[in-house]
Amino acid sequence: MLLLVILFLPLVAALAVYLSGNKLASKVALIASVAEFAISLVALQHVAHSNFEGLSYSHSWIANPNISFSLACDGLSLLLVLLSTFLVPVIILSSFGTELANARALYALILLMQFAMIGVFIATDGLLFYIFWELALIPIYFIALLWGQGKDKAFIQTATFKFFVYTLIGSLFMLVAFIFLYSKAGSLSLESLYALNLSQTEQIFVALGFFFAFAVKIPVFPFHTWQADTYTEAPTMGTMLLSGIMLKMGLYGLLRWLLPVAPQGVVTLTPYFIVLSVIGVVYGSILAIQQKNVKRLLAYSSFAHVGLIAAGIFSLTNEGLQGAVVQMLAHGVNVVGAFFAGEVILRRTGTLEISSLGGIRNIAPRFATAFIIIVLASVALPTTNAFIGEFLLLFGVFEYNTWLSIAAGLTIILGAVYMLKMYQYVMLGEKRATASAFPDLTASEFAVFAILIAAIFVCGVYPKPIMEIAQPALAEILKHTLG
Amino acid sequence: MLTIYLLILLPLAGFLINGLLGTKLSKGLSGIIGSATILGSFIISCMYFFGLVGGAAPTEVKVFDWISFGNIHINFGILIDQLSALWLMVVTGIGFLIHIYSTGYMHDDEGFQRFFAYLNLFIFFMLLLVLGNNFVVMFIGWEGVGLCSYLLIGFWYKNQDYNNAAKKAFVMNRIGDLGFLIGMFILLYNFHTLDFNGLKAAVAGGADHHIIFWATLFLFIGATGKSAQIPLYTWLPDAMAGPTPVSALIHAATMVTAGIFMICRANFLFTLAPETLHIIAIVGAATALFAATIGVMQNDIKKVLAYSTVSQLGLMFMALGFGAYTSGAFHVVTHAFFKACLFLGSGSVIHAMGGEQDIRRMGGLRKWMPITFGTFLLASLAISGVPPLSGFFSKDEILAHAFEHNKVLWVVASVASLLTAYYMFRLVFLTFFGSFRGTHDQEHHLHESPMSITLPLVVLSVLAVVGGVIGLPPVTHMTHWLSHFLAPVIPAVTEGEGAEGTSMELMLMGIATVLAFAAIAWAYARFVGKRTLPAEDGQLTGLGSVVYNKYYVDELYNLAIVKPLLAASEWGYTVLDKIVVDGVVVWSGKLSLMTGKQLRQIQSGNIGFYLLAMVLGIVGIFIYVLTYLQ
Repeated sequence: MLLLVILFLPLVAALAVYLSGNKLASKVALIASVAEFAISLVALQHVAHSNFEGLSYSHSWIANPNISFSLACDGLSLLLVLLSTFLVPVIILSSFGTELANARALYALILLMQFAMIGVFIATDGLLFYIFWELALIPIYFIALLWGQGKDKAFIQTATFKFFVYTLIGSLFMLVAFIFLYSKAGSLSLESLYALNLSQTEQIFVALGFFFAFAVKIPVFPFHTWQADTYTEAPTMGTMLLSGIMLKMGLYGLLRWLLPVAPQGVVTLTPYFIVLSVIGVVYGSILAIQQKNVKRLLAYSSFAHVGLIAAGIFSLTNEGLQGAVVQMLAHGVNVVGAFFAGEVILRRTGTLEISSLGGIRNIAPRFATAFIIIVLASVALPTTNAFIGEFLLLFGVFEYNTWLSIAAGLTIILGAVYMLKMYQYVMLGEKRATASAFPDLTASEFAVFAILIAAIFVCGVYPKPIMEIAQPALAEILKHTLG
Repeated sequence: MLTIYLLILLPLAGFLINGLLGTKLSKGLSGIIGSATILGSFIISCMYFFGLVGGAAPTEVKVFDWISFGNIHINFGILIDQLSALWLMVVTGIGFLIHIYSTGYMHDDEGFQRFFAYLNLFIFFMLLLVLGNNFVVMFIGWEGVGLCSYLLIGFWYKNQDYNNAAKKAFVMNRIGDLGFLIGMFILLYNFHTLDFNGLKAAVAGGADHHIIFWATLFLFIGATGKSAQIPLYTWLPDAMAGPTPVSALIHAATMVTAGIFMICRANFLFTLAPETLHIIAIVGAATALFAATIGVMQNDIKKVLAYSTVSQLGLMFMALGFGAYTSGAFHVVTHAFFKACLFLGSGSVIHAMGGEQDIRRMGGLRKWMPITFGTFLLASLAISGVPPLSGFFSKDEILAHAFEHNKVLWVVASVASLLTAYYMFRLVFLTFFGSFRGTHDQEHHLHESPMSITLPLVVLSVLAVVGGVIGLPPVTHMTHWLSHFLAPVIPAVTEGEGAEGTSMELMLMGIATVLAFAAIAWAYARFVGKRTLPAEDGQLTGLGSVVYNKYYVDELYNLAIVKPLLAASEWGYTVLDKIVVDGVVVWSGKLSLMTGKQLRQIQSGNIGFYLLAMVLGIVGIFIYVLTYLQ
């Protein structure tokens, strides 16, 4: 029952927000999303005490084909649900104080997207998973298209279209894999798929099908070229939803569906997968260095960071998987913080071109402090959340192969290069014309940063609860994958 | 327990108060809070230190489980033993003096409170570095002090040159840090622990030589970053962009010795890897000589001291490379005294000169600044190795080890020491002797610095003079107190100090002393006798110009690494990513999904509806296919 409430509350809230009108929409959305967060904390209590009562639900849905509406929430699902219920209110709060056209539609779409993403994280039937997966795409598509920030509308259309086509084609591969699996198992429930005994070759094809779908979403090199344009053109709230939560759907998919369902395929293909992931880490980091637009730079940075998460997952080690979970949460928080910092600048100066910015530090010290903390967290400084994640991820990759971990470890050097360079030219130096009137943070902006920064340090200093919650689920996944 | 928490958390509290309240605090109060918290930590450090001196047992405390699951268990643990206590004394003691100094030095800076916040944060991380009972907690401190270094080098953030220096320091440290990480991974993978005591137990029964070699080598790469050794030393001279107290505290006395501390801490591993030790000795000696030659040609008072620091750190590493960990630690302590004194003295000079740092524009300052001059002179004598000042004992010990192990390196180190005495007295004579060469305006403003500045100078110069008593050589027939004290952490070297016999020892001391005096005399003849002045910029030719330009190493790195990286970034984005990768994927996507007709409709702007229909259609087809399969 609890799980159904968590799933459907955002859907109901979306309707309520739409009906409440443009003026009230943001407030209703905030209240609803905070309530959703509170309820998910109850679920956290349950999981922390290994009490899974009320955290699974199954109802036969379509008899023929054999599809059931089944949901379950273990530690892994719960952490990702928590990530979305934590970030959505923060993202909504981040828009306070700005005038938005047709606000009720926007906030309703955000909540609709939350509904779909939570569905992805808790669905235990393949078709249900697939439906939620595709459903999540629709709201973000409209958000990016209709509220896009770029001045060139045609370019926004191209960018969002590319994004849509990319992910859709990726999903088609997953669809084919599911159809094949159904033909073998007669059901798409996770248990039946886990129990399935496929030949090595069949598993390789299933693994490839899933991999394409998830690799586009994450994204893994070379399926990333939709990302930078979309992140840059979408409204910042959309970018936050995409980078903070939605791309974790792909990483979650790797853990929940790819690894345990096609273990032999994964073991066979993992050398390729992990190398592609590590290429993404280095490639993304290098390309980030010379970017001229803050959001585009952050997009490449994010691409590099999630590449490392994927690499940790494909290391097929306990440490790599734990690192992936910690880093999914950390990256979610940090990337939202980074894009929000960009948004704060954009609101005041109207530009995110690095060459026309500079000297903001002089007149907005509070913002400068918040921003440098976000920057340091994203370069994984110890005591921040990302350090724990990257430490474990790199160690997981190290257990797989020393040289790959050195290559992936370049991220800690290159990350410092591009993030500090960006900060230097945007924030430091003499005051530029764009910074002539740069009011320091407003109360709601301050609140957004304060919440995110608190999360950064809490998870960085005391990450143990996260690992304890995730460990049983990850042990189970590893057991299925490695036999 | 409580005292340990206080020891670590006092500086953090100082940081939070100064950082959060900022300019709401008056400068006076901010300085008091900043300094008092460090004084508190210093007092607690003294308690532990003298407890250990009196024979108390080391304290190890597990504060909480930090990273813990499966087979990985990394505690947040604190270890106060003889080694950490020694560093505690240096960090909090000199740290406190420099806080006092800063209240005077930074008095007119608008970022006063911010400065104290950063300085307090630095001490906090330095304490974690020193007190961690495992590599990961040490690494928190290790990267944390790197952050503070970054923040303080770029303290005057309006100047992009300073910001560049700050960024360079951070990035070059990060290169080392990757080595540190890999070193940790090798240990964690093979021994399933990163606790120092756990590792010690794990390798006690012998360990795979191969593993230890690679682990220690990667850890040493980490040390070359933090402690500015070849090839990662180039950030340290640039780091002089920071306010002078920062140069004294972070870039001379404490942070840059972290690499030496780490190797002393893990001496039980390094001892098992003679090849690594050999590499360390060579890198150390090479750095010592290389940096000393550059120091001879510099005209910026702080740059001379910076290259001197790199060179002295090289000597310490050379000592470690001979397995003489105690000698390395001994030189860390004496170096902290005289180099902090020198940097603070240079700050006093710069202050008086109204920001001028070029020694060609100084001269005769001893008339106006007797205390600064006196303390600077004593510290210079100490670093030059003039007996019986502290530097004489610590440097002599290292040279004795060098002589015992490797005559070539002994010659290299002796030449480096000779150059040290030369460039230091070149600095002293050009700055304090002769006649004033600056502008009238500057001359008019020359003055001795206030008490807050001169008092730390006096204290440090006294320590620089007498500091050698903690490590008296065997020839004196007195106990080498330091090696006795550190024996529980660093087992005495089997050969024992002075195994070469008394006469040999005296001879080595004699050679070193003669060389030092010769170098000083040479500098005197040149810069006081002949009143030679260093050439103006651009007038140097040949080898002089190459050395003056630091052998063009920065330019080389730029050409070989920075520029290609930037070009790769540029090209990767505009060509590879935009055209090749994107082109292939989009082209195949269009081909497989779209007909020309649909493309036209997309351009009509009605795309949303079609896409929604497409998704629903796909789901419909899916259900249909599954039904059909039944």
